[in-house]
Amino acid sequence: MSPRTTTIAKAVNEGLRRAMEDDPKVLVMGEDVGRLGGVFRVTDGLQKDFGEDRVIDTPLAESGIIGTAIGLALRGYRPVCEIQFDGFIYPAYDQIVSQLAKMGYRSGGKLSLPVVVRVPYGGGIGAVEHHSESPEAYFAHTAGLRVVTCSNPADAYFMTQQAIRSDDPVMVFEPKRRYWDKGELDPAAEPLPLHAARVARPGTDVTVAAYGPMVRTVLEAATAAGAEGRSLEVVDLRSLSPLDLDTLVASVERTRRLVVVHEAPTFLGLGAEIAARVTERCFYHLEAPVLRVGGFHLPYPASRLEEEYLPDLDRVLDAVDRALAF
Amino acid sequence: MTVPVVGGPGGRPPQPPLVQLLTPEGERVEHPDYSIDVTPDELRAFYRDLVLVRRVDAEATALQRQGELGLWASLLGQEAAQVGSARALAPQDYVFPTYREHGVAWCRDVDPVTLLGLYRGVNLGGWDPAEHNFHLYTIVIGSQTLHATGYAMGVQRDGAVGTGDPARDTAVIAYFGDGATSQGDVNEAFVFASVNNAPVVFFCQNNQWAISEPNERQTRVPLYQRAAGFGFPGLRVDGNDVLAVHAVTKAALDRARRGEGPTFVEAFTYRMGAHTTSDDPTRYRIEAEVEEWKLKDPIARVKALLARTGQAGEEFFAEVEVEADRLAEHVRSACLAMPDPEPVSMFDHAYRDPHPLVDEERAWFEEYHAGFEPAAAAGEVQR
Repeated sequence: MSPRTTTIAKAVNEGLRRAMEDDPKVLVMGEDVGRLGGVFRVTDGLQKDFGEDRVIDTPLAESGIIGTAIGLALRGYRPVCEIQFDGFIYPAYDQIVSQLAKMGYRSGGKLSLPVVVRVPYGGGIGAVEHHSESPEAYFAHTAGLRVVTCSNPADAYFMTQQAIRSDDPVMVFEPKRRYWDKGELDPAAEPLPLHAARVARPGTDVTVAAYGPMVRTVLEAATAAGAEGRSLEVVDLRSLSPLDLDTLVASVERTRRLVVVHEAPTFLGLGAEIAARVTERCFYHLEAPVLRVGGFHLPYPASRLEEEYLPDLDRVLDAVDRALAF
Repeated sequence: MTVPVVGGPGGRPPQPPLVQLLTPEGERVEHPDYSIDVTPDELRAFYRDLVLVRRVDAEATALQRQGELGLWASLLGQEAAQVGSARALAPQDYVFPTYREHGVAWCRDVDPVTLLGLYRGVNLGGWDPAEHNFHLYTIVIGSQTLHATGYAMGVQRDGAVGTGDPARDTAVIAYFGDGATSQGDVNEAFVFASVNNAPVVFFCQNNQWAISEPNERQTRVPLYQRAAGFGFPGLRVDGNDVLAVHAVTKAALDRARRGEGPTFVEAFTYRMGAHTTSDDPTRYRIEAEVEEWKLKDPIARVKALLARTGQAGEEFFAEVEVEADRLAEHVRSACLAMPDPEPVSMFDHAYRDPHPLVDEERAWFEEYHAGFEPAAAAGEVQR
């Protein structure tokens, strides 16, 4: 396959397709993933090509999806579950946290649970309640799970396949409002390791770390800042558990300032953990406290308010200004 | 024979028919749909299983009372439900138990000592599920019914149902209790199993008590009738009748292996002891109820049949008692000899592939402990 321009949604689709071709044990399962191709069309065409036994339209029961995926994994399969929207994952929370995350540990390493849970997440699409949430911290907080999130088509393509190849359970958070964002994909390229962060834009004055949907926002902020003579280094974290702190710390040691940006509420979010860890490791390098930009401590508001709720370019630049003013 | 059970007080629905092949008095009876031919050897083997698992259970309870186990969930009263069903399994079948399935574990050749690790706190489940086709105990109520259903969906995808090859066709059995039937996961498992026609047997031991809550707090209909709403057969069997349980479970497993889908078996039994060693049933149920169920003991009726029909004599019963005591001694001594795990071993197996945070915390933990060693030694000298 040659390099091409594609969207995140299509890149996930291609990643799934490639994984299913490579390994007959890979299954796709979830609500409406078969005939419809998923509500975002991410699994479009897979059931037609791989059949109903490998692309399973499940009953409408999220706990049932994860619970049966665990059973399929115990039988030797590698299920890739789609949770239709972020806010619908909570019925499956017990199966994910109490069973999927812990079963390998419980078995003393005798069992492996190579289950992938794909979750379209985040806001910005004008949706009704429960369709715009960012629940990633709940899962990053849970030992036994790996948690990753992509921000561009190339990562979407490779990270999907890497997650499926992992013998640990992996939660893949997909930035739903960026599904249609275009980017370059070279399937022959050598991908980064699944849990490596990436410097998405080099800079010298402030490091801005983000992941998933906020990476584009932060890159746009960096462009705007550049026009005003400020050089932002953008780190796309990519992996939330484990965190690639080495890449982040190396960046902060250069820029001496860090702003962390995510859609999820800041209180006890990834930014809080990152701030604590970077401060521990970079205390004498830092010229300013680590600042966070994120959602407020609120239930996700009605969609007419979401532009005010979600971090945007200006809120990122505001934090950058505050970091530089220290 | 169909035995109508008299309805209880307080507006409880009339009790449904019960598949029974051996009465509490030890009399063999016939049933129009279920029959069993047991040789004297097989009947003696059932008796032996029942006595041994009860003895192991009693020993584990004693070990808990003596502080050697943190907790024990006794199977007392449910031996026939467990042995009768588990002895119907083929080697390739797969079992998803709760934390009380010690009798099923016995039938899957899991050393009873291995069961104690979880309750002693030295591990979270010490056996290899793949070696015994016996999954780890599941503590969260009902979760394992979905795992069983998913496993059964995998069996279907492997083409291991309906081939007619008895060594290949595979069934899955999910054990759970009456309380679990209220869980969403169990109901979701019924839905997934039904629409997929999955080769799974839902084996509910209705011991009538979910800790302190009686059946009336879980259901307004006999539990087996729930199956009809999900679109597969359900039936109630005398859970204290090892022969009936065996016959009914074998039929359900065979049906699953033929590719005809799930069955709900409600083994109607009684939890003779406490929920666990931490529980006090005198706070919520009357002794008369327990006394009533003592008359339906699952072992006494097999012994009565064996003795009355001359299939076993005092010598055999004495032999089994000796074997049970030997087994209990093995369980006791091996339990006491079970070493505590090395502290640093807690960092093993959280992930299969390396995880930098766990590695970092493990390294810190080792260094932290190493820092104490000289001080600890000095402390000993002072004492």
